[in-house]
Amino acid sequence: MGYELKKWNEIPIGAIVDEAGSSMINDTGSWRILRPITHFDKCTHCLICWIFCPDDSIPSSPEERYETDFDYCKGCGICAVECPYDAIEMVPEMEVKLKELEG
Amino acid sequence: MAKKVNIQVLSELAAHQEPYDGRMPLAAGHRMCIGCGIPPIVNEVLLAINKPTVVSTATGCLEVTTGVYPYTAWNVPWIHVNFQSAAAVIGGAEAAYNVLKKKGLYDKDVEFVAFGGDGGSYDIGFQSLSATVERGHNFLYVCYNNEGYQNTGYQKSSATPVGAYTKTTPVGKAKVGKEGPRKDLTMIMAAHGMPYVAQASPHIYRDLYNKVKKAMTFKGPKFINAIQPCTLSWRFAPEDTLRLAKLAVETRYWPVYEVIDGKYWKVNIKPKRPKPIEDYIAAQPRWKHVLKYPEILEQIQKEIDDKWNHLLALEEASKILAEREGVDYDALFALPKEEESTK
Repeated sequence: MGYELKKWNEIPIGAIVDEAGSSMINDTGSWRILRPITHFDKCTHCLICWIFCPDDSIPSSPEERYETDFDYCKGCGICAVECPYDAIEMVPEMEVKLKELEG
Repeated sequence: MAKKVNIQVLSELAAHQEPYDGRMPLAAGHRMCIGCGIPPIVNEVLLAINKPTVVSTATGCLEVTTGVYPYTAWNVPWIHVNFQSAAAVIGGAEAAYNVLKKKGLYDKDVEFVAFGGDGGSYDIGFQSLSATVERGHNFLYVCYNNEGYQNTGYQKSSATPVGAYTKTTPVGKAKVGKEGPRKDLTMIMAAHGMPYVAQASPHIYRDLYNKVKKAMTFKGPKFINAIQPCTLSWRFAPEDTLRLAKLAVETRYWPVYEVIDGKYWKVNIKPKRPKPIEDYIAAQPRWKHVLKYPEILEQIQKEIDDKWNHLLALEEASKILAEREGVDYDALFALPKEEESTK
């Protein structure tokens, strides 16, 4: 993450932010305690998790739900609760991180 | 891979992500709480509009979390204004756009949407909202109703239900939470006689999608009031946000209905066997204490029943009115179909 403060004479008049969606620089994934693991063998790509995701971390096309974007997922678990096919499971982030370190 | 069971509405909405490079209108990386209910409302509304949109928001959770300078989470042009002026500013933007269009300097079709919390719509922004509606600007106002000033730590607003704990209405021996019932803003807005007023819940995305789509066919002010359970202040687990939004409809606490021209009413979802309001109350620690006070519980149930019966009566009356005026009641509430046929 790079935060570069602008100088006073570089700030646009009226403090306009000229780049859309620039908040994507914030890795809100670091807030996560539980990690949603998607079992794609159960997933039917109904997109219910996508519409309810508060953090836009479930990239989707009209046909397909892709892997969760762990840079931004805050681990709220709404997707796991709302999934009608029980395809999403919440596991502690610690376990995943430890496994990553071991392997 | 499992069989694909696409839900057509959602598939359609996902196709509307195209102008945002296949992402949501509200970009990731905003600082809303874990499990917040606001982004689903904003995304559902903006995806349903599917046109170039200008947005203004009143000060509130949505504004402070998406507009942390020098970054913005909005993928649409967004104006941040002070607490009371969201509606007035979007009205001004719309007026300026009309002038530009008249002079031939701009020719795109643009929609105007204002988002406000219940503090910014029920209390502080009410006069500007009412005045903008009265002036007849062409815009949609969406109130995300979380029943209190959540941004500043949960103070009472006029949307807070009776008996609920807030920082300014504590629970103790002398008083039990908020006194008096909540204000019904949707009814007040309907009384303005504006073209379209509705109440919705983000959990029922199909209904909210239809409502926004229908609202956009009207020229003039439109208003949608959506419930938004607040995980931080209502104090439930973050994963239950949309479950509570669903429960609010199932217990008839938050009836889902729409009003056209302030005189034709329709209740969209009628739960046949409504769940007891105790289920909804017990799920929220901010409100749970009222289960120990039967007289408050009775008052809450009476308020809900009265409102529900009132709505049903209004629906029946508007059917009679439509018949008398020679208007087709069902066609009035039917979905716009022209767009689909032209595709």
